[in-house]
Amino acid sequence: MSIDLKTIKHISKLSRISVDEQRAKKLAGDLNSIFDFIEKLNELKTDNVEPLTSIAETTLKLRSDEVKSKNIREQIIKNSPQDNEDYFVVPKVIE
Amino acid sequence: MSEITKQSLTELVENIKNKKLSSTDVTKAFIDRSEKSEELNAYITNDFTSALEKAKKFDQKPNLDSKLPGIPMAVKDLFCTKDIKTTAGSKILNNFVPTYESTVTENIWNEGAILLGKLNCDEFAMGSSNETSFFGNVQSPIDRNLVPGGSSGGSASAVAGQLTPITIGTDTGGSIRQPASFTGIVGLKPTYGSCSRYGIVAFASSLDQAGPMAQNVKDCALLHEVISSYDPKDSTSIDFKRNHYSKELTNNIKGKKIGIPKEYRVDGMPKEIEDLWQKGIQYVKDCGAETIDISLPNTSYALPTYYIVAPAEASSNLARYDGVKYGFRAKGENLIDMYEKTRSEGFGAEVQRRIMIGTYVLSSGYYDAYYLKAQKVRKLIKNDFDEAYKKVDAILTPSTPSSAFKIGEKTNDPVSMYLNDIFTVPVNLAGLPGISIPAGHDSKGYPLGLQIIGKAFDEQNILNIAYAMEEKINFKNKITDWWIK
Repeated sequence: MSIDLKTIKHISKLSRISVDEQRAKKLAGDLNSIFDFIEKLNELKTDNVEPLTSIAETTLKLRSDEVKSKNIREQIIKNSPQDNEDYFVVPKVIE
Repeated sequence: MSEITKQSLTELVENIKNKKLSSTDVTKAFIDRSEKSEELNAYITNDFTSALEKAKKFDQKPNLDSKLPGIPMAVKDLFCTKDIKTTAGSKILNNFVPTYESTVTENIWNEGAILLGKLNCDEFAMGSSNETSFFGNVQSPIDRNLVPGGSSGGSASAVAGQLTPITIGTDTGGSIRQPASFTGIVGLKPTYGSCSRYGIVAFASSLDQAGPMAQNVKDCALLHEVISSYDPKDSTSIDFKRNHYSKELTNNIKGKKIGIPKEYRVDGMPKEIEDLWQKGIQYVKDCGAETIDISLPNTSYALPTYYIVAPAEASSNLARYDGVKYGFRAKGENLIDMYEKTRSEGFGAEVQRRIMIGTYVLSSGYYDAYYLKAQKVRKLIKNDFDEAYKKVDAILTPSTPSSAFKIGEKTNDPVSMYLNDIFTVPVNLAGLPGISIPAGHDSKGYPLGLQIIGKAFDEQNILNIAYAMEEKINFKNKITDWWIK
């Protein structure tokens, strides 16, 4: 399998990471060598194997549905790069 | 009494309890040495001024019944610490000051310990050499220009270099055990669900575990006892009966059955590692344990599986860094452009690479071929261990396929870097506990480690085996203080 520049551009768009031409070429090389390595898994027949979806084989505990953190708006906003004290601020999305 | 920073945690606790040392004495000594050790680049953020204040406060009204009375310690910068910057080694979190505390660090402060500062690590714990940190690489106290391992490289360097008596790291594919092995210290990766993940910057949620790193097994057991707890704030935290790991520690391992997996003999592995392993086998026999040859047939598929599962989970976890709620934000022409530039400028190359791998294997049309396949192989790897544990109580392997390498030696070849974790990754995939103990030196004088893998929740057993082996090995770390002018 080979990951071409077009695929890199597609993944870059899906991951919301912009990459320039030079970086895309480097990534294509890196990803191809990593996927060559990953292809080893195709040696194994796994048709009848159940996928492992949870490593901790316990049932999740139930808890009562109570509000534990109240009035922490200030704490939540505190680390935002831009705010107007009440809201997170983002670049304008509606013209 | 020996020099303060050379003392083990156990000695320091005893000396503080017997009033031979005050918390202020101890805290001052570790701050002094940390200040002289800037060249190691082990710290990202220090909190020395308030550490001294806390030590003085402790001495005025010492609670000597606590497990870590007035003990200063630094922690990996992946643990959220309230009101103290937490970066995960990334530019994207360079201005992030948590408003809450992680459960494991909370447990530590509740037992009387005092925070010295936050230790350097690979960016988002993605790396095996501490070279991916935004804050620069960490030097190993073993030798100049040698990597300390990763991702808990700052933690390993700080314990081996005696900048902190103990520390905690996190281990997703070997990030506690590999650096412990490279720097001649002890590192334990607990069973998945043993230590709460609440407040730890997430990398791969089904693999991440916090664990102790220390100069010896006893210190490691004591710290593990403090950090391991059931926590309702982490839905994968497991409510099981935890031992008093340090109190129950014993070197009596007579009759224990220890498995030696033949698949851990890999192509190109230096003879020194094989010799070390054979020595380890002799040591456990000398302790009265029995060794049994076993097979873990799917071992060679563990790394390829890991490099699907871990990036897939990372790409989902790291989607939260969008420049909106916290962290770095780049200027963009519109919302999407802002996201893309923020993530492009905020994440380093290795993190971007892993997000891209993860995004690809989860993307439409590839999910079954990669992610589902990896989950199935992960099951086979877990089955291997389940099968082995019908015959043995624990498994002994080398910790790493080589000793520490030079800074820059593997940065251009991601796959050769990944191969470092070949012996540690299967343990995370199966959710088991594993401990690395220093067991010898190679011809260059660099430390080599052996790993003991246990059954789930059987930390006490592997700590005991490690404790018994440690006595036989009698390892002495060669720290020359090369970095101190």
